Amino acid sequence: MKTVILAFTVRLLMPLFFLFSLFLLFRGHNLPGGGFVGGLLAGIGFFLHSMVFGATETTKRYRLNPIRLMAVGLAVAVVAVAMSLFVGAPLMTGLWSSITLPLIGKLGTPVLFDIGVYILVVGMVLNVTFILTKY
Amino acid sequence: MEYNQLILSSVLLLPLIAAILNLFLWGNSRAQRWVGNLFVVLHLVVSALVLKQTVAHSMIVLNVGDWLHGYGIMLAVDALSAGMIAMASLLALLAWFYSYEWFTSESVKALFNVVYFFLLMGLTGAFMAADLFNLYVWFEVLLVSSFVLFTLGGKKAQLEGTLKYVAINVFSSTIFLAGIGVIYGLTGTVNMAAAGIALDSLGQSSLANVAAVFFLVSFGIKAAVFPLFFWLPATYHTAPIGISSLVVALMTKVGVYVLIRFFTIVFPISENEVFRVVFMLIAAFTMVVGVFGAAAQSDFRKILSFHIVSQIGYMIMGLAIGTPLAIAGALFFLLHNVLVKTNLFFISGLVNRVAGSYSLKQLGGVLTQFPLLALVFAISAFALTGVPPLTGFWGKFILAKAGFMAGDWEIVTVSLAVSLITLFSMTKIWNQVFWKPLPQGSSFSVSTFSQMAKSYPSMVLVVLCLTVIILGVSFFPNQFIEYAERAAQYVVNRTDYINAVLNR
Repeated sequence: MKTVILAFTVRLLMPLFFLFSLFLLFRGHNLPGGGFVGGLLAGIGFFLHSMVFGATETTKRYRLNPIRLMAVGLAVAVVAVAMSLFVGAPLMTGLWSSITLPLIGKLGTPVLFDIGVYILVVGMVLNVTFILTKY
Repeated sequence: MEYNQLILSSVLLLPLIAAILNLFLWGNSRAQRWVGNLFVVLHLVVSALVLKQTVAHSMIVLNVGDWLHGYGIMLAVDALSAGMIAMASLLALLAWFYSYEWFTSESVKALFNVVYFFLLMGLTGAFMAADLFNLYVWFEVLLVSSFVLFTLGGKKAQLEGTLKYVAINVFSSTIFLAGIGVIYGLTGTVNMAAAGIALDSLGQSSLANVAAVFFLVSFGIKAAVFPLFFWLPATYHTAPIGISSLVVALMTKVGVYVLIRFFTIVFPISENEVFRVVFMLIAAFTMVVGVFGAAAQSDFRKILSFHIVSQIGYMIMGLAIGTPLAIAGALFFLLHNVLVKTNLFFISGLVNRVAGSYSLKQLGGVLTQFPLLALVFAISAFALTGVPPLTGFWGKFILAKAGFMAGDWEIVTVSLAVSLITLFSMTKIWNQVFWKPLPQGSSFSVSTFSQMAKSYPSMVLVVLCLTVIILGVSFFPNQFIEYAERAAQYVVNRTDYINAVLNR
């Protein structure tokens, strides 16, 4: 499906997809959004790219390894979940720091958990897409 | 309390960590194997620690996320849950080593080594969940993993079997969800303990009965009781044998476990005569239909699959009688069934490896060729039918005793008659596979038992280990029966459970 117009548009849209997905990721704690939706949106960005340039090109260009991404995402989420055990609170208790960053908001384990979900969903979407494009 | 929190969290997180490590090691199946070996052992050790703690403290509650008791997700482990987790963990360890020599393709191995641990996590979580919705989520984890594991290898028969399995399970999950919805609408909570109290105060409510029927149908499908068992013999014999042994043994038992939990804590059937009669009928028909189905089959694994159905009836019978002794009998029977049934499935897989078939027509001559394997099969088969002093005898004895004490002699009569037919269908396997000479055109790939042990070392080792465990439980049943009685006491006197969960 490689046409010049589509290739050009996709290249322009890619940063937009990522920015918006990050926006959704970080606003997700109190408002609609979160790691899952954000991850899906980022996944769509890669998906469009691979529709135009082919899966091998996308993998090479962004150095993607979907299974590795899933592993990293799950690992980050597990770390976020288990962190509370080290301070003596039950599993999955949200720990908040006092640091507040502009745009991102207050830092804490729920944010880390969402980031883990984000990475996991990106990996999942890419894995499914790449397997399907093989056939 | 600190230590309890830690072991309870780790028994849940360990399989997840193993799955993550194996995802990182994708493509390196040898390293994945070693990670797996380490984590199945670790999981068993930690679940043994949990078991020890529940014996000391009777109940461990983990309030996930530190929300108020009864509002957030709660994990509660009492004697019953801890026993189930330990049993699942032991079985998972054995099936893990058993599956060592089954898969040949690298990509299938990589997938298996990851998904297996998600299955184990789902199992562990399902036994720990203290609220219905959480239970639903763990069930889905368990089911989705089992869907993947069932199709490993991708043969046509497998896909067909799995499709049925997926369809029926999606259906049953939907009903389960509807049941949760009704319970939530009635009581405003999905926590089992809180819902139990709320339903008590509502008194006789027809909507509560509707919810109970939803749960009965949904978990009846998962536990494969009459008349909802038809999917089981149609699917279980198509999966890779290590997987089907594990899933066969545990999946239906998760269904039984949830039936016991739900119908003692949320909706106690001991106080509801109609439901008690319905359960009695279900138990009787499940036993009878399952065993007749088994007697009519001519495939090694299909006979065993039908037996599962029949044996589920005994557990439901314990629940239906409902006295502490009967529940204890059901729990002991559950342990017996899981061990023996899995061993029979493992043996059928081993026979399949050396003779290349599951069909009774093409098999034969195992007794003269591999006397030790025949002995191991005979022990398990006798245990299954309930010949004293093997495990099945103790289970059936307790159940029969409880039945007579409660005055339910009809169901006891049925259960004893079913035992005889079980013996008949086991002799059928014995005659066809072990006794009769090897038919023309079939041959064994190895000629002696020591050669078999050399070719399939871990499969043989697992079968022998499991036989030793069965003999151990048979000759020293006291601890197990005492444990089952303790667990049953706790299940029947639901106030302890409710108070512990709600921290009252």
